[in-house]
Amino acid sequence: MSKENWILLLFILLLLCIPLTESRFYVFLGTDILIFGLFAVSLNLLLGYTGLVSFGHATYFGIGAYTCALLMKKASVPFPLAFAAAGALGGISALVIGFFCVRLTKVYFAMLTLAFSQIVWAMAFKWNSLTGGDNGFVGVPFPQFLDSKVRFYYFTLGVVAGSLFLLRKVVNSPFGRILTTIRENPERTEFIGIHVKLFQLIAFMISGVFAAIAGALFGIFNHSVFPDILFWPASAEVLIMTLLGGIYNFFGPVVGAAVLLFVRMQVTSYTEHWPVILGFTLAFLLFFFPGGIMGFLQARFARPGGNR
Amino acid sequence: MILGVERVKKSFDGFVAINGVSFSIPKGEICSIIGPNGAGKTTLFNLITGHLPMDEGKLTFKDLDITGRPPHQICRLGVGRSFQRTNIFPRLTVFQNIQAAVLVHRGKSLTFFRPVESFFQEETGEILGRVGLKEYAQTVSGSLSYGFQKQLELGIALASEPELLLLDEPTAGMSAQETHQTIELIGRITREKGLTLLFTEHDMEVVFSISERIMVLYQGRLIAEGTPHEIRRNPDVQKVYLGETR
Repeated sequence: MSKENWILLLFILLLLCIPLTESRFYVFLGTDILIFGLFAVSLNLLLGYTGLVSFGHATYFGIGAYTCALLMKKASVPFPLAFAAAGALGGISALVIGFFCVRLTKVYFAMLTLAFSQIVWAMAFKWNSLTGGDNGFVGVPFPQFLDSKVRFYYFTLGVVAGSLFLLRKVVNSPFGRILTTIRENPERTEFIGIHVKLFQLIAFMISGVFAAIAGALFGIFNHSVFPDILFWPASAEVLIMTLLGGIYNFFGPVVGAAVLLFVRMQVTSYTEHWPVILGFTLAFLLFFFPGGIMGFLQARFARPGGNR
Repeated sequence: MILGVERVKKSFDGFVAINGVSFSIPKGEICSIIGPNGAGKTTLFNLITGHLPMDEGKLTFKDLDITGRPPHQICRLGVGRSFQRTNIFPRLTVFQNIQAAVLVHRGKSLTFFRPVESFFQEETGEILGRVGLKEYAQTVSGSLSYGFQKQLELGIALASEPELLLLDEPTAGMSAQETHQTIELIGRITREKGLTLLFTEHDMEVVFSISERIMVLYQGRLIAEGTPHEIRRNPDVQKVYLGETR
């Protein structure tokens, strides 16, 4: 087993032990970080691996959250089915939206993802009878077999670990390698015989599935879904997490999510100026550590030539 | 005929870049296109490889109509190309650059769950050896010298095992020694693999030494076509092209 895998195993053991502290705070924070970690990694499949800046990734997170919650509460669909449906719908909506977005490049791509995300947000916001609109969709119960914070934490850990395992396989596969060649040079990739837009669309769809899974977890975790999670600041936040942790490392976005959520929780208990602090931190980071936290650590400690 | 170009036209905002060019290339021939700057050489390459849509005309590859097809399809049919300005995957290693092209050529680009390391080590190594980059396999390609990056480009193009290879200024920006080595390499590979080669080049010595046939492009038109011997003696060519630079 490689050194990296040993560290991972150790880390998973550590995460398994968190509930033993019997601290509600750590279990809460742990669940939150795991969910956003998965969300950020799903975004990074586009950002760091394919070189596509999506500015509307909250869409798929939100679609996942609403799908799972609505199916469970309004249609009494059993949780496993609702959960799977959330992932599927996330993938389908990413396929439809992505179909249009991959036709554009760079800033136009980013703007179009933003435009679609605002459309979906507006729908959730206005469609009172279905989503509860601005008042949110509240009273989503824990599924029967996950009826405690600790059980839900373990469930989240399992789902996130499984998802990351799959995503890591994908980025290290031939398909993943082609995504990086697209990031590096889409024109050249076309000339080695790749239908670039098709590959971008597949990446977009995979990304949507896992964002929706994270969203579904988030809805259950909070017992409610509000349209806020679809609004553009939510897309910006996950983008910041990803950049903060480092886009050229598979686990970078998880680290970014952990640091951002933890620091925010600490800072907001002292001051209300969190956005200002975040802004300065981000500006500093982009100037001096463009590879994010993991990029910095890797350059500092890892063997030269390591590429994940 | 491996490549047929019939009455191809292309203009940009009213400027006619390619104005009714027709030619064909038989299999196995080493053929070059020369012409002064702005004659339309790169545009012509971009039309042949599907990078740009053409306004009029027809393209055939091995008797197959490829007019209007996208670059990835044309590549898969067996047309490889290199670019005037180096066009590689700079953050990937030299090995990974070549391997990516091999993966696509062997139809493994949609493999999702097997580690990429296990694919085509040997095949990739063979191509690296062919273009003289074996010892740089693990170097990040963006940090290679210019000459080596050009060689890598050639390697990427060869990894798709093309039947027709288009090289756009393969020695642009190279020192005399690098030029010599590169041309020797291209000549050797072309003969060994029985490739058909179409290239553009500014270095007349190179053009006349390896071409079997030369076409002269001037202001978007082909003004002459023939063996190096014929081209050297063509008065039109001397007037518009050779006379200008010598």
